[in-house]
Amino acid sequence: IDRDMQTVTLIPGDGIGPEISAAVMKIFEAAKAPIRWEERNVTAIKGPGGRWMIPPDAKESMDRSKIGLKGPLKTPIAAGHPSMNLLLRKTFDLYANVRPCVSIEGYKTPYTDVNLVTIRENTEGEYSGIEHVIVDGVVQSIKLITEEASRRIAEYAFEYARNNQRNSVTAVHKANIMRMSDGLFLRKCREVAENYKDIKFTEMYLDTVCLNMVQDPTQFDVLVMPNLYGDILSDLCAGLIGGLGVTPSGNIGANGVAIFESVHGTAPDIAGMDLANPTALLLSAVMMLRHMGLHDHGNKIQAACFDTIRDKKVLTKDLGGNSKCSEFTDEICRRVKDLE
Amino acid sequence: MILCVCVLQPPPARYGGRHTVTLIPGDGIGPELANHVRELFRFCCVPVDFEVVNVDSTMASEDDINNAIMAIRRNGVALKGNIETNHNLPPSYKSRNNLLRTTLDLYANVMHCQSLPGVRTRHRNIDIMIIRENTEGEYSSLEHENVPGVVECLKIITRTKSLRIADYAFRMAREKGRRQVTAVHKANIMKLGDGLFLECCKEVASGYPEINFDSMIVDNTTMQLVSRPQQFDVMVMPNLYGNVVSNVCAGLVGGPGLVPGANYGEDYAVFETGTRNTGKSIANRNTANPTAMLLASCLLLDHLKLHAYASMIRRAILTTVTETRLHTADLGGQGSTSEVVQSIMNAVQSTGPRTLSI
Repeated sequence: IDRDMQTVTLIPGDGIGPEISAAVMKIFEAAKAPIRWEERNVTAIKGPGGRWMIPPDAKESMDRSKIGLKGPLKTPIAAGHPSMNLLLRKTFDLYANVRPCVSIEGYKTPYTDVNLVTIRENTEGEYSGIEHVIVDGVVQSIKLITEEASRRIAEYAFEYARNNQRNSVTAVHKANIMRMSDGLFLRKCREVAENYKDIKFTEMYLDTVCLNMVQDPTQFDVLVMPNLYGDILSDLCAGLIGGLGVTPSGNIGANGVAIFESVHGTAPDIAGMDLANPTALLLSAVMMLRHMGLHDHGNKIQAACFDTIRDKKVLTKDLGGNSKCSEFTDEICRRVKDLE
Repeated sequence: MILCVCVLQPPPARYGGRHTVTLIPGDGIGPELANHVRELFRFCCVPVDFEVVNVDSTMASEDDINNAIMAIRRNGVALKGNIETNHNLPPSYKSRNNLLRTTLDLYANVMHCQSLPGVRTRHRNIDIMIIRENTEGEYSSLEHENVPGVVECLKIITRTKSLRIADYAFRMAREKGRRQVTAVHKANIMKLGDGLFLECCKEVASGYPEINFDSMIVDNTTMQLVSRPQQFDVMVMPNLYGNVVSNVCAGLVGGPGLVPGANYGEDYAVFETGTRNTGKSIANRNTANPTAMLLASCLLLDHLKLHAYASMIRRAILTTVTETRLHTADLGGQGSTSEVVQSIMNAVQSTGPRTLSI
């Protein structure tokens, strides 16, 4: 066993998942990245006691490797078990969802020079799932904000900013209206900011962020926020750079676990037809390499991917071309080898 | 059973055909913009008298805002600037703006975002009407700390209010000849709350067969708005998503200085800028864009059925907005607020009606 090889748990997923995972593995091989893939399936099974859980071999692999790469998972309808993404989140306490949004030169959108990161608290907030029908026709949904979760996400945001040479962290909130809950979140961010004097800390209302984001996204750097605002803003920012097909995403958990994933759907209509665009999963894999400290390989693969897109000669359909997934993949492999 | 909501009647004009309107200047750029409205109305001989009610946002007591609310009950209609909320104060200090909206039950916030010629933006041909539930949802101000460090904030969705806002949206769509109403929600996660909202929208939609109804999840909505905003027509949604979507749309058509907003209730109507900004950092510098507030005053005039005045002033405002050399800083220009207002008055004068001499 090559001692330099690091193990990564690979979850290909459903629909176009297997083909884009294969594309990523091929590109990694071309780049000679020191990664050994361990493929696992995470379809929920019923454990002892009747509770739904991910298969034990998948959990064991993740606990050992600590790093995962995941393709899209289909949303179960009438399958009896909850969403797999939710199950993964709970199993590994994936508390931070990180999405770097960088404009891709060569894939034109009305917005250029976007370079920001959204860091979203992913365990509580508006998605606590606690809802009640009080009386017929009156529903109450509970938004939960705790000191612990707010402190943890704030700390992650500042650590991320420091480790990735970012200049400022902005807390996004609506404490004018939700004084106690967002107020608590804000207070924790302020407290953590005290320990990171090298990073500039600002606060901004959610509506002001939205208003300014669509007019001038270059003014934003790292954004940290509770669950719902994070959900909305991270998708808004993905829209600025071209959508979910080109946006990477990472989920950071407790105990050093990190799972990187593409956030687009399974695209069942084109599954198995060699038409898929592996960019999102590839860029998530690049994020993963950087997380693991393998910056050289990460930069090389990213450069090859962006060069291919910029060149416009070999592009998948969603990027405006008419090449196959395999052709796009081979082109990136070729460039990666040239960059040696 | 859908509530029968009657068409809102403006208060009858008393005292020789003149209307009295409550004016709340607010904070930041509010006072200077309120003055420009008065200046313009005086110049155009608009038969409106303003009853000014100041609300001091630094006072802990709610007397000021209660006076304002009473004045609005008296006059039936108001024009308002944004009142600052210091979010570092304890929860006992409630947002004055929110208090006003909920006490007067101004349940529908309406914002019409349109691309304006002469204003350079990344997207063209936007024409979206946003109807936002204005009194419940996440803005119910019901929060408690169960144990230290654990806070719950309640989002309330009721069948009554959801039906009411959906009905408002569809009636407005029918009145204005719009083709499509899109409900914005997150019912995949908030199954009961947003699920109820969506159900109510579907129920109301069945009574308007000529209008297409569809729904979209809020995160996808924002993504679609920044890539292809032209696909949207009328959008209806609960309070918080309304906050997000209206700010995104305002940004898409040129910013907070351009879009007016209206808050309608059963008995009262309050007009303000669409995105409700205080503009603290640019206050008293004569650089604020008066367009949004002046267009809001035109909505006010339409509400009072003073359509001739409304159209005249609106035409003059839109003529001025296309004049790029007069653009204020928010539009990338160097014009001052007073230059813009002066130009609007000139435009009004040149169309010929009786006005005060400048």
